[in-house]
Amino acid sequence: MNIYKNASVASKKAFLNYAIVILFFVVFQTLVNTGSITSALKGQLIPIVCYMIMAVSLNLVVGISGELSLGHAGFMSVGAFTAVIVSALMSGASNSSRLFVSILVGAAIAALAGFLIGIPVLRLNGDYLAIVTLAFGEIIKNILNCLYVGIDDKGVHFAFNNPNALGMDPLGKEIIKGPMGAVGIKKIATFPAAVILLLVVLIIIQNLVNSRTGRAIMAIRDNRIAAESMGLSPMKYKMLAFTVSASMAGAAGAIYALNISTLVPKKFDFNTSILVLVFVVLGGIGNMTGSLIAAGVLVVLPELLRKFSDYRMLVYAIVLILVMLVTNNEKLKGRLDTFVKKLGMRISKGGRKK
Amino acid sequence: MLAHLINGISLGSIYAIIALGYTMVYGIAKMLNFAHGDVIMVGGYISFYSMTLLGLPVPIAILAAVFVCTALGIVVERLAYKPLRAATSLAVLITAIGMSYFLQNAALLIWDANPKAYPNIFKNFEAVEFAGARISPFAIVAIAANLVIMIALTLFTTRTKVGKAMRAVSEDKGAATLMGINVNFTISLTFAIGSGLAAIAGVLLCTAYPTLMPTTGSMPGIKAFTAAVFGGIGSIPGAMIGGILLGIIEILARAYISSELADAIVFGVLIVVLIFRPTGLLGKQVHEKV
Amino acid sequence: MSKSPEVKLVNVPSPNFVPEKDAGKPLVLEAAHLGIDFGGLVAVDEFNIGIGATEICGLIGPNGAGKTTIFNLLTKVYEPTRGTIMIGGRDTHNMTPVQVNQMGIARTFQNIRLFDKLSVEENVKIGLHNHIGYHTLSGVFRLPAYWKEEKKAHEKALELLDIFGMADLANVTADSLPYGAQRRLEIVRALATGPKLLLLDEPAAGMNPSETEELMNNIRKIRDEFQIAILLIEHDMNLVMGICESIVVLNFGRIIAKGTPSQIQGNPQVIEAYLGTHRG
Repeated sequence: MNIYKNASVASKKAFLNYAIVILFFVVFQTLVNTGSITSALKGQLIPIVCYMIMAVSLNLVVGISGELSLGHAGFMSVGAFTAVIVSALMSGASNSSRLFVSILVGAAIAALAGFLIGIPVLRLNGDYLAIVTLAFGEIIKNILNCLYVGIDDKGVHFAFNNPNALGMDPLGKEIIKGPMGAVGIKKIATFPAAVILLLVVLIIIQNLVNSRTGRAIMAIRDNRIAAESMGLSPMKYKMLAFTVSASMAGAAGAIYALNISTLVPKKFDFNTSILVLVFVVLGGIGNMTGSLIAAGVLVVLPELLRKFSDYRMLVYAIVLILVMLVTNNEKLKGRLDTFVKKLGMRISKGGRKK
Repeated sequence: MLAHLINGISLGSIYAIIALGYTMVYGIAKMLNFAHGDVIMVGGYISFYSMTLLGLPVPIAILAAVFVCTALGIVVERLAYKPLRAATSLAVLITAIGMSYFLQNAALLIWDANPKAYPNIFKNFEAVEFAGARISPFAIVAIAANLVIMIALTLFTTRTKVGKAMRAVSEDKGAATLMGINVNFTISLTFAIGSGLAAIAGVLLCTAYPTLMPTTGSMPGIKAFTAAVFGGIGSIPGAMIGGILLGIIEILARAYISSELADAIVFGVLIVVLIFRPTGLLGKQVHEKV
Repeated sequence: MSKSPEVKLVNVPSPNFVPEKDAGKPLVLEAAHLGIDFGGLVAVDEFNIGIGATEICGLIGPNGAGKTTIFNLLTKVYEPTRGTIMIGGRDTHNMTPVQVNQMGIARTFQNIRLFDKLSVEENVKIGLHNHIGYHTLSGVFRLPAYWKEEKKAHEKALELLDIFGMADLANVTADSLPYGAQRRLEIVRALATGPKLLLLDEPAAGMNPSETEELMNNIRKIRDEFQIAILLIEHDMNLVMGICESIVVLNFGRIIAKGTPSQIQGNPQVIEAYLGTHRG
């Protein structure tokens, strides 16, 4: 009897993803070490990994939990700005411990935000849930636009909508200036650290999905009423997926922020949320490998094809629509299948002729 | 205060006209047409270039915008949404978001990113004094347009055969088909009307906020959807009440609380409404069949 | 056709009765004066039932009589407008479907509601969910509890599937099963939650006579092996008369008759409302 056949298929897929990430790291780290990489691409390495984390974590909500969240960038910004503050506070500590604690606290605060937002959001369904996550993303952006933070000898000072209310020592330093964002961030993020974070995120998501908890989340996605009749609480498991996903977006935001010197709240607007959604959809909803590859390719590609950068978003939009049409319309799906089969036959015939 | 109220009602009237498009499409196709806001933007550009580049008179420019947007609405529905009638709402919503992005980025390539200064189409008209407040000709036209459109739509859906067919399709597509109603035609017609209204809203919106950009329509679009939900999705008077209330809330929040936070407050209202009254002010309860 | 020996029904606190064998044991379910209105329309009214610990009870009636509505009331998919539902002696007022399941009621659905994209085994494991004893964190970090409990769940799932001889289908996705197998999987999945009372909504729908015959034996086997009660809605009179010890007949949302199969078959009201048009 094929005991654990399912489990082994799932873990094979999981290990494929770890292998992809490690291979990606080895290749690019070698390119960096040998100096055979453009500085533009080198600068993109950490953002690429951040977007990979964003994509797989959003896939947990969209693919596994089946809810369309349009405010994922909001959680990224919560993690990012939290990390900026934590890192500034730890100016005495070593870079690695600063980075570690910043990411951890960033993830924790983003998880808290996810939990609080999840309470109202997860009571809704479908389109309403999507539009409310969008609304929360915008609200987070608006609130961060009004946030002023300064640090002096006495500690951290917060002010809302009024930079003069910080009440700092004259020697104090403003680190977050409302719409101007965070300034003077110390760049302590490293490529290996980002890759380790990505691996941790992947391990957590994949182990979660292939466990009792993951089955419950998918059961609720596939048929809420039946899942309830099996004694599964939809709110509990949707909340779990949503909060875990938010914390990962927060961690991604943290490492993203600690890789650049200035960060404005506007960076994490609706467009960023949609960009991550594009990665998830193009990689295949629910498919983690696809999310990784789509995020990697779609962040790098525009760098390589500078000439076409004007057309980038237009092409994304068209591809997004086409992918949805082809995967969701029976007729088009059938046509694609026969096309792929014919193509496959032609290739194999061609191969035989040779 | 009165001046703010009038500003709020006139802004709300624009939201109401946009919300009508959302509410009709949602009622009939059970989908959130995310690209609706971008049709407004297209309406803005078409009317802008008709007036400035072609030098057409204002009414003709508006007609041109209505014509183009109506056609655009029909084409978008046929190409992107019709093949997905049987698909999940997740798939349809992502497609609509893709369509919204397509329109914005196509506009960016055609008309570039530089903001255009929209002409004041009411510059030849005087403001009216009323109870100590000056009411701009824009406010009068916006409010009047909203009222006329709402009454016309109500009459259309209750008195005409096509309008009744529309309501039948929104109740039950299968039964409507059996009754000999052409469902595809009816849905196309709904998109056409909604998009035509979006063009009118585009002209009004650009007159109120005369900076025209490819992203002009997206935020008002989302707010108008909020208005439609607020009033009760699927309900024509609901869209009007929701739109006007939202306009007033936004203007008051901007005036008395913070202009930075006005949008956050509007979205806060949406969240509160959806949680405590998910069917909106005038919407009806729907039970899931088990 | 296998016919169950006629069981003698005895009165428990009025107005209910249960088979003689269950008379000494507490009722697994008791509903009194149950009713629900849908916007002014009275869908169910004055529904009273008591189900003995190991009773197989049939709920029959013409289409639209309100049978599935009763299941939805008992499992709290709908909150009743009137009346009380006691499970194991506890009032279920304001409880959710999740709580009702945890108190020991499991059900199947008339319109099959499987987790389509998941495998047969996973469907059963979801039923076992509340009996798999490891924490989410043990799953995430693959602690020993995860491996131990998953192994146990795997074995238990196969054992339950084996009741219907479906163990070899464990790795097939649920939506690729034939219709009859989907209905059987729903029963296995419900059984996996460890209920004291199993509600089956038209378990034989779409099955051919030999499949139905097998189903009847399996329902009896489940009751005997697990010592649980079963309440079933069914249109197939051979099945109902063959395995039910008591029968409740519903028409227009009200009970029109209760009794043993032979009492029901001889009841003129039932014949008028239902049996007059029945197929068998």
